[in-house]
Amino acid sequence: MTNAHPTAPAHRTPQFLTATRNILVFLARQPTSLFGLIVLAVLILVAIFAPLIATQDPITQDLNNALQSPNAAHFFGTDELGRDIFSRLVYGARITLTVIFLVTIVVGPIGLLFGTVAGYFGGRVDTVMMRITDIFLSFPSLILSMAFVAALGPSLNNAIIAIALTSWPPIARLARAETLTFRKADYIAAARLQGASPARIIWRSIVPMCLPSVLIRLTLNMATVILTAAGLGFLGLGAQPPMPEWGAMIATGRRYMIDSWWLVTFPGLAILSVSLAFNLLGDGLRDALDPKQMNRR
Amino acid sequence: MPAGKLRLNSLAGSALSILVTLFGLLVLTFVIGRMMPADPVRAIVGEDATREVYENVYRQLGFDKPLWQQFMLYMRDVLTLNFGTSIRTGQPILQDIARVLPATIELATFAIIIGAGVGVPLGVIAAVNKDRWPDQVIRIISLLGNSMPIFWTGMIALLIFYAGLGWVGGSGRMSQFYIGMVPERTNFLLIDSVLAGQWDVFWSAINHIILPALLLGYSSAAFITRMTRSFMLDQINQEYITTARVKGLSRRQTIWRHAFGNIRVQLVTIVALAYGALLEGAVLIETVFAWPGFGQYLTSNLLIGDMNAVMTCVLIVGVIFIGLNILSDILYRVFDPRTR
Repeated sequence: MTNAHPTAPAHRTPQFLTATRNILVFLARQPTSLFGLIVLAVLILVAIFAPLIATQDPITQDLNNALQSPNAAHFFGTDELGRDIFSRLVYGARITLTVIFLVTIVVGPIGLLFGTVAGYFGGRVDTVMMRITDIFLSFPSLILSMAFVAALGPSLNNAIIAIALTSWPPIARLARAETLTFRKADYIAAARLQGASPARIIWRSIVPMCLPSVLIRLTLNMATVILTAAGLGFLGLGAQPPMPEWGAMIATGRRYMIDSWWLVTFPGLAILSVSLAFNLLGDGLRDALDPKQMNRR
Repeated sequence: MPAGKLRLNSLAGSALSILVTLFGLLVLTFVIGRMMPADPVRAIVGEDATREVYENVYRQLGFDKPLWQQFMLYMRDVLTLNFGTSIRTGQPILQDIARVLPATIELATFAIIIGAGVGVPLGVIAAVNKDRWPDQVIRIISLLGNSMPIFWTGMIALLIFYAGLGWVGGSGRMSQFYIGMVPERTNFLLIDSVLAGQWDVFWSAINHIILPALLLGYSSAAFITRMTRSFMLDQINQEYITTARVKGLSRRQTIWRHAFGNIRVQLVTIVALAYGALLEGAVLIETVFAWPGFGQYLTSNLLIGDMNAVMTCVLIVGVIFIGLNILSDILYRVFDPRTR
């Protein structure tokens, strides 16, 4: 069975690339989602080329130049230890991207596994697994993340684990809903008659079908993930000093806020623009995938 | 009486599922509480306790027993509302929480009134003007509200409206000057000050609550607006709206009486959800505004590693969330004639 699903609805997998291109074109046509795309492109470029863009080392202290207001040498001023805020923001982009990347690769598989298994087997397995999902959903994600971080100890890695542990349930629910629509399809029955094991059917025939909508949902959740990570950093439960994490930068800048506004203003703007970018993009994606709005192909 | 019996069955069903969820909540908080690398005994006895003292406390907490027995003990403690004492305050944790929770509820209630009061009309306006400029403007406003890191917006707002313009009070629930002047009856400062006839304190409290409440209200308005808009759009596209217009009803009447009338039930659920989400925003905003509420209690215990207090807080948030879900479910039944 090299061709995983011979009777799969023809319009989904083969035209996946065309669809992706169409979606991008659709997004680029709208000014708001175009803004989102641009911000994210800038974020990725800045993170990759951080050493070239940053004007100074983000960690080295220079107490002679502490708390300088924005000027030609320090575009966004310096913090209480004389570190260049612009350079710290630039390196902070790497941390933000790491969070996004790691949360995605943990949450995606967990959510997919949970959702597809529950949806495929149905019955008691489904009931138990969805009940577990509901328990996780009955907490606000920040508070549950705080609990996990409290148990694991504050650090960036633990914050990422905590966020991942709290953001898989919506993905699992989505994957389950998708699975329920495929479960009775002929090609699944065909695979079963050929003697494929449930694990193989789920992995080869169901997971690929759920993948596009799960990826979109992950994008939609990213704004929340970024805000939660920044919130944990702000509370001192995420990245620890001297890491240039944006939320943690705001927390330390808070003490000098009244006289040195630039310490909190610029990191906050960075968080705001990235999370706004994801929200705009998610909004655009929702429109792009709404068949009423878009004429595909 | 088949209908009555059916309803009784569904009630029993939901009661059972609530119990299962509550049990799951206990398991989850137990697991998180026990999987920590941090040593809870150390947190209580301190760094330089003798081995003997350490082992005494270790046994007292039941850590020498097998896990399932520890869980049974935990269940017993929770069911008898015995959550232990806080390391930081030396008081029973439950008593601490009862003392700080009203401050948060006051803030969240103020915020949800703003959030729903602004969010619902904006959502309706956006839906009615779909794809025209009011819709676009409202969309940007609500996306901004969804995207702002609330702790940062809080600081910027303090910088502008307190330090800069001096329009509002700064951090805390009231001016330092008034602290302790009002007898604590309900711990809701706005109510207590009115009961005591202390109008100065009342206005000071209003002056202090308005900024954090506006910010929290904005973030929930963002959510409520978007949901209201999509609910309204579902209604507006239906045929009965066209019929009503053809019959000669005015645009305003059609929208508010017919379309809006039909989304009220859904809105109740959304507002209840938004109220729960405010608890989350409160954790961050209370830190910024030095608001002596539940969020600050949770954070400060977290930072000193008092896991017992932290897990109690988490458990209570979970229970509040489940409670709000049940409440919205009940309101749904009351308001929606079809469920009767």
